[in-house]
Amino acid sequence: MKYIYQFTLILFITFLGEFIYNIIPLPIPASIYGLLIMLFCLQVKIIKLEMVKEAGAFLLEAMPLMFIPAAVGLLTVWQEVTDILLPLIIIIIFSTIIVMAATGRTTQFIIRQGGESDNERNNL
Amino acid sequence: MKEIICNSVYFGVTISILSYILGVQLKKKFGWRLLNPLLVSIVLVISFLLIFEIDFEAYDKGAKYLSYFLTPATVCLAIPLYQQLELLKKNLKAVMIGISAGVLSSFGSILALSYLFQLTHVQYVTLLPKSITTAIGIGLSQEIGGIPTITVAVIIVTGVFGNIFAESICKLFNIKDPIAVGLSIGTAAHAMGTAKALEMGEVEGAMSSLSVAVAGILTVISASFFVNLL
Repeated sequence: MKYIYQFTLILFITFLGEFIYNIIPLPIPASIYGLLIMLFCLQVKIIKLEMVKEAGAFLLEAMPLMFIPAAVGLLTVWQEVTDILLPLIIIIIFSTIIVMAATGRTTQFIIRQGGESDNERNNL
Repeated sequence: MKEIICNSVYFGVTISILSYILGVQLKKKFGWRLLNPLLVSIVLVISFLLIFEIDFEAYDKGAKYLSYFLTPATVCLAIPLYQQLELLKKNLKAVMIGISAGVLSSFGSILALSYLFQLTHVQYVTLLPKSITTAIGIGLSQEIGGIPTITVAVIIVTGVFGNIFAESICKLFNIKDPIAVGLSIGTAAHAMGTAKALEMGEVEGAMSSLSVAVAGILTVISASFFVNLL
């Protein structure tokens, strides 16, 4: 029964997310509302970690599988972009690399800076 | 035989999972990065459908039940995030500035490259949501005058690319801090990249989960400033 309880709880929160998505006219999807609700409930201990842990871990482990159908769906649109296929692929590759590098380097720079000033404070 | 397959609601799910398992086994055996299980399963399923001339709709009749679980799975990204909440609070400034830098560089690089390849305005705005999660990207594409189906395709290719090369790219740019690694993967390659980050470690997974939500929302808020630049 443990898994049934856990799954039901996760599905209920997903439903709440969907509900909020339908009443708030913002371009934020149900899944993000659900994520925020789940985070809030865990933080204020309405939901204890043990109440969602195993089912949650299962869903996260299976997550790559859930992307397969959408990716296979590329079959149906690729004819629409054949004339710009090469620039499209180049843009996707370079832009993705640039975003990763910019995000990672910036974050790392600030963390290390912060770490140094913490050390300085400790030395005083 | 073909008719049975086309009418089955179990075929799509089964072939997807089987090809994914095969991908995992191949990766284990050869350890080669391009043998990414997600990529292998996509290629295998597409090949199968093309060889046996099975329509995507027939495949999706069953496979859509895999997609169905994507929303609850995304909700569960809150769990690793919750477990790393203290770390997040401690590094809040770095996290927010890092994700913002990522979102800006996404817009900037797409603008520059679209200009370079002389893309049309519609093609340019279709690309703008490329690094954010599909559910947000479709809506945004519609709103700014893009072509949603192509936006989805671009988002997926970005995700697959990120999933395969995230580790190599982080190594190449000497990004070692697990917080920075997680954020860069989630900001650049949304939930598909996050699936990889979750395999890399708890901190990486949590930070990647966070950046899917934050980068998505930031992109929606700031996209309008970039829409009319090309």
